[in-house]
Amino acid sequence: MPISQITPASSGTTPKEIPPRAGVGLKAEHYQTILETAPDIGWFEVHPENYMGAGGPPHRYLSEIAARYPLSLHGVGASIGADKSLDTDHINRLKALNERYAPGLFSEHLAWSSHDEVFFNDLLPVPYRQDSLDRVVDHVNQLQDHLSRRILIENPSVYVAFESSTMSEITFLERLVARTGCGLLLDCNNVYVSATNQNYDPVAYLDAFPVEHVGEIHLAGFARDEDDEGEPLLIDAHDREVADAVWALYDQTLARSGAVPTLIEWDNNIPDWDILFAEAMRAEDKLRALPTRLKEPEPDLILGHRHVS
Amino acid sequence: MSASPSLHTGQASFSSALIKPDHPTPEDVIGPKPEKKAQKRFGVYRNNVIVSLTEAMMASFPTIAALVGEDYFRAMARVYITNHPPRTAILSRYGDQFASFLDGFEPVQAFPYMGDVARIEFAWQEAYHAADQSPLDPTSLQQIPPDRLAELTFTLHPACRLLASPYPAYSIWAAHKQDAPQETMASLPQEAEASLITRPQWDVMAIKLPAGGFAFLNALGEGLTLGQAAAVALEAAPAFDFARNLGGLLETGALAGLHLPSIDVKDQREPKPYQDNSANQHHES
Repeated sequence: MPISQITPASSGTTPKEIPPRAGVGLKAEHYQTILETAPDIGWFEVHPENYMGAGGPPHRYLSEIAARYPLSLHGVGASIGADKSLDTDHINRLKALNERYAPGLFSEHLAWSSHDEVFFNDLLPVPYRQDSLDRVVDHVNQLQDHLSRRILIENPSVYVAFESSTMSEITFLERLVARTGCGLLLDCNNVYVSATNQNYDPVAYLDAFPVEHVGEIHLAGFARDEDDEGEPLLIDAHDREVADAVWALYDQTLARSGAVPTLIEWDNNIPDWDILFAEAMRAEDKLRALPTRLKEPEPDLILGHRHVS
Repeated sequence: MSASPSLHTGQASFSSALIKPDHPTPEDVIGPKPEKKAQKRFGVYRNNVIVSLTEAMMASFPTIAALVGEDYFRAMARVYITNHPPRTAILSRYGDQFASFLDGFEPVQAFPYMGDVARIEFAWQEAYHAADQSPLDPTSLQQIPPDRLAELTFTLHPACRLLASPYPAYSIWAAHKQDAPQETMASLPQEAEASLITRPQWDVMAIKLPAGGFAFLNALGEGLTLGQAAAVALEAAPAFDFARNLGGLLETGALAGLHLPSIDVKDQREPKPYQDNSANQHHES
């Protein structure tokens, strides 16, 4: 349907809270199908960086979809792991989008993507040690203050480790939560990719993960490569179906966490809507089989000293 | 174990190794076990940076990719990315220097129009993401007393972009863009061309400007009055056709508002309502 013929939805009637259902990453390729067929899907997520223009079709479509479905913003450009100040222009644009679309959830990555003004468009790894933790804590606090809301931070997929790391990823994330009051976004595919690449047990990692702070789960497909020794090196490619091993980790997570909003990320080799929708329904079936998790009260903004159990 | 680099030093060496393949894997970066190397592992990040930025450039410059072929485009993009990495996390704004890069890129000097084709493509990107605003209603000119028409000044639409090229850049772009009809390829003109790229509502459009059209619209954009702009255009091109040019600007929606010292007509910042008004838009008062 031409963009000019979309019947505007009456905004304000759709609940903005993200339900404990399956959602998908919203792609421009699917705008029209979604508006024409009104699929029964729980929610959508977008990268705010794709909606930082002043106007045009992207905002037009997103406004219509956000009027019909709950929306989550998932940033890829704030570079909270960088050893430099947050980019004021960038966080102001995030604030404007947060106010314009009032998303049910707002998340970012435990990663850096900018250095000396250059933006690398990739989620680069952070060593797990005290000085980087202090930096990330400062940046998460600043971002939460600026947006006047709690954000979720996602566990990364990593390909290398740092000799200088002094703590585990889980300890780093637990301390971050304790010092900022942020929540966590648990990406089960990242767990599998990182565990394979770093030779640790993903099941043990998930058993230790502080699921009580998880506000959202991500699932995606990975690609296979080989490292210098010819052993598996998995790439977080977001270009195919979720692997069976990752579905198993998802089951393991849900058994501990109860029903948590779950997103299918598929950003490359984007499939037809029906295939993406079917993948989301696979997660939805698992969520429906669970009792709804007792809702944790949203902590007040920016708690300086949140207890970690 | 050597003393660990500061966070800043570590990220500095990680960064330079990312876009410079001759730089070694950063010192602090290791594999999961002492006997495991990190070279291919680090290579994943190098590859992610180049491939994802190349994809972003392919999306912004599809006609350049069609002109040179995908493999050649990827090779050119790698040189551009290495020398002009993004300064913004907004990828639709990346490539703002690609046109001037092409102007000076030795291997494509036999195709001197290429930079201007890239300028049209980047203007298209900018128009696509520009602020929404209703174009000037063509009938609003009828409210102006005829003896005061020459005093009018105009506001250009926020999506409006102008490009003058010493080459037939518009025709080359139009013949190679994605949905181009094949038969236009054989009959390209050989002269300089100016073009207008804008987005009156939701669809970006590009047109070739008639003689004097660039000077005329450029003068209006600088705030000259209609009378002054027409004089500038006539001086630039004796064949300048005033009625055709003004009619064209109203038709394409390149103008957003008009102003007389005592009368301001329709310079509204609101986008049009979402209903399709094409059937009745000529009857608005």
